[in-house]
Amino acid sequence: MGHKISGITAERLSSDELAQNFSDLHTPLQPHEVRVAADRCYFCHDAPCVAACPTDIDIPLFIRQISTGTPEAAAKTIFDMNILGGMCARVCPTEELCEQVCVREVSEGKPVEIGRLQRHATDTLMAKGIHPFSRAAQTGKTVAVVGAGPAGLSCAHRLALLGNDVTIYDARPKAGGLNEYGIAAYKTTNDFAAREIEWLLSIGGITLENGKALGNDLALEDLIGKFDAVFLAVGLGGVNALEVAGFGSERVSNAVDFIETLRQTPDLGTLEVGRHVVVIGGGMTAVDTAVQSKLLGAEQVTIAYRRDRNAMSASRYEQDLAAQQGVKLLFNMQPIEFDTTGDTPMLELGYSTVNNGKVEATGETIRIMADQIFCAIGQRLTTDAGLALEGQKIRVNEVGRTGLTGVWAGGDCALGGNDLTVTAVAEGRDAAIDIHNTLMGGA
Amino acid sequence: MADLTTDFLGIKSPNPFWLASAPPTDKEYNVRRAFDAGWGGVVWKTLGSEGPPVVNVNGPRYGVIRGADRRVLGLNNIELITDRPLEVNLEEITRVKKDYPNHAMIVSIMVPCEEQAWKDILEKVEATGADGIELNFGCPHGMSERGMGAAVGQVPEYIEMVTRWCKQYYSKPVIVKLTPNITDIRLPAAAARRGGADAVSLINTINSIVSVNLDTMSPEPSIDGKGTHGGYCGPAVKPIAMSMVSEIARAPETAGMPISGIGGVTTWRDAAEYMTLGCGNVQVCTAAMTYGFKIVQEMISGLSQWMDEKGHTSIQDFVGAAIPNTTDWKYLNLNYVAKAEINQADCISCGRCYAACEDTSHQAIAMSEDRTFSVIDAECVACNLCVEVCPVENCITMVPQEAGTVDQRTGKTISEEYGNWTTHPNNPGAVAAE
Repeated sequence: MGHKISGITAERLSSDELAQNFSDLHTPLQPHEVRVAADRCYFCHDAPCVAACPTDIDIPLFIRQISTGTPEAAAKTIFDMNILGGMCARVCPTEELCEQVCVREVSEGKPVEIGRLQRHATDTLMAKGIHPFSRAAQTGKTVAVVGAGPAGLSCAHRLALLGNDVTIYDARPKAGGLNEYGIAAYKTTNDFAAREIEWLLSIGGITLENGKALGNDLALEDLIGKFDAVFLAVGLGGVNALEVAGFGSERVSNAVDFIETLRQTPDLGTLEVGRHVVVIGGGMTAVDTAVQSKLLGAEQVTIAYRRDRNAMSASRYEQDLAAQQGVKLLFNMQPIEFDTTGDTPMLELGYSTVNNGKVEATGETIRIMADQIFCAIGQRLTTDAGLALEGQKIRVNEVGRTGLTGVWAGGDCALGGNDLTVTAVAEGRDAAIDIHNTLMGGA
Repeated sequence: MADLTTDFLGIKSPNPFWLASAPPTDKEYNVRRAFDAGWGGVVWKTLGSEGPPVVNVNGPRYGVIRGADRRVLGLNNIELITDRPLEVNLEEITRVKKDYPNHAMIVSIMVPCEEQAWKDILEKVEATGADGIELNFGCPHGMSERGMGAAVGQVPEYIEMVTRWCKQYYSKPVIVKLTPNITDIRLPAAAARRGGADAVSLINTINSIVSVNLDTMSPEPSIDGKGTHGGYCGPAVKPIAMSMVSEIARAPETAGMPISGIGGVTTWRDAAEYMTLGCGNVQVCTAAMTYGFKIVQEMISGLSQWMDEKGHTSIQDFVGAAIPNTTDWKYLNLNYVAKAEINQADCISCGRCYAACEDTSHQAIAMSEDRTFSVIDAECVACNLCVEVCPVENCITMVPQEAGTVDQRTGKTISEEYGNWTTHPNNPGAVAAE
């Protein structure tokens, strides 16, 4: 950022204020809170929370293990199904998964705090430096995993656990994918993503090669030739663009880059943010961008989403979090023109309605001040590696097999799922099991 | 407004809530504050013979069993009788009684089983002006090793003998406090009555080890690496105590004998329950030791409200009211049939009733795909387990089945006749119904 754009500046807040703003969104439960929270679990039969968990963690069992003073055993129960249980405890939209169907949520509107209890268990074990798994006897099989995000890491760990040797390739300098580059900072403080990976890799049998991107440094056919199987978990590398008059301005950038920069900076005080920020979009990225803009010191932050509240992919909980931080949420509104000619840059927004699923402009408009605009209208697959697609994602079956023999895929790049970390973990795990069984001559 | 005034053995107190002989009643300072807080009476912590006082351990005296959120459910102690000089206690008792003439002041006593020892201390206690005495035949730890406390309470002949001495050398009411660490509570109670006791109080504490430290392998509380059994009290012992109270209330040898109920009384409701089983008042310790003296305010307001709601104007209206309904198993009506019923509107679909019934009972609850739980009448024996494990109060209820209808489980028509085991055809010793 060589030159300065008026209204967009660094150091809007003191370093103390920034540190405070970007500390843990949910502080860890204190020992006594743990006891009380765990005691609220009814240990349901065939519990709805388990059914709602994409990774099928045995939640009543792990909570009971916590309540009897063995959080380490609880962590093992969690990691058995979800090796990234630590990150999922931080970023899962539990309010739409396990906690939404908790019988106490249904009956009292106050679910058992499953996410925070999971964090207590996983943090306890990881703090002890214990990796509770050891590898099975070597199979002699090798698997390439492309992409070191949640799906790739989960797949690699399960494969290594079963005795296979794994090489993970990742395009970026650090492993972790969205865990490292794409999640709001206050959800994963103290470099948790990196620490979790180090812990995960301590099982052994996994080699990590960074700076290797599919299509540039790696060719799928080479990997197929070199390894017994390939798992693609390359995520969605591209951002969708928005064709709006004036959006070519340097005041407009994409939200994914903003979050990535924020996650990687050693000094939040150096980040530049506008006084009047507008975020276009309705997903988690939009909320994370809006909230973090506010936390960096933006005075007025607005999210403009073209459909109504219910259509927003960010949960109601996330919407409320944004509102609580002072973010203004505008629904049924889309950008028409960004006018940067005057002293004060203005964004014109048009009201819209949804007719038969299609967004239509009503013709009414408003203009709001906007010295910085972030677009968060979705990401897309950039590397299909020649595989068959469906709905702009790699076509896979329920265990991640692509149309090409020996190649599996999972995570955001693959069909199905809901672009959640926890779903990617489940897909990586299930593909690993299928890969292993296939290589061992099984099903 | 209900009148809570209590007349127990002629001893008047403003309410039936007394503090039991224990740490809360060990000295003037506490007892004055207890009376000021609203307690109706106290049983002064047990006095021993003249001479060097007993000594206590200098490490932890208590251990507990906890429920959720560190709630104290059971308390265990290894404290002995008062470790303050006899004269000091007697002076304080005299002063306090003088200043609180309308409150009950009972003195607990434990001296060796020698007539002279009892004669000596009784003269001194008589002089304090206290309203009565309670004989501590119950402490299960420490003193029992020296032939006192529970060691006396476990031998009916000793109870009778000492009680008789007390009635001989002391002019006011004598209450005999019983130990539960025996096989049949009716025997010591009957012995007390034969000795002339005016009342019994029960229970004293139960032999207990509340926990073992798995690092040091020492029972707790641990004194320099060693533990010993203590005496258990608190909410956890209430069911045991109430059963013993009911046995004394029902046994021909002891029926009608005044009883002071002790054991886990924590709320007004606990007190009311004890009293319906025949107790003229109750004694409280653990609840006060857990929450302080102020809890008596809730006990007073709660009991008053309940009495008003039920139309009871005095304590006597309900003392013993549940005794006629307390019977032996063999007299329970085997023709009474109930079935569990789940109120679907209240059900939160946790499935605990299903797990409990399916795994451990009669497979009488069905679970549908959409987690609707329903009772299978043809299997339900009305055991009540589902009711007990359901987290929602009154979601599952036991519904009595009407006479004349068919019990789906047995295929038999439900009789309106009362029929118990004594006349049941399956009973080899059945007598013909008359």
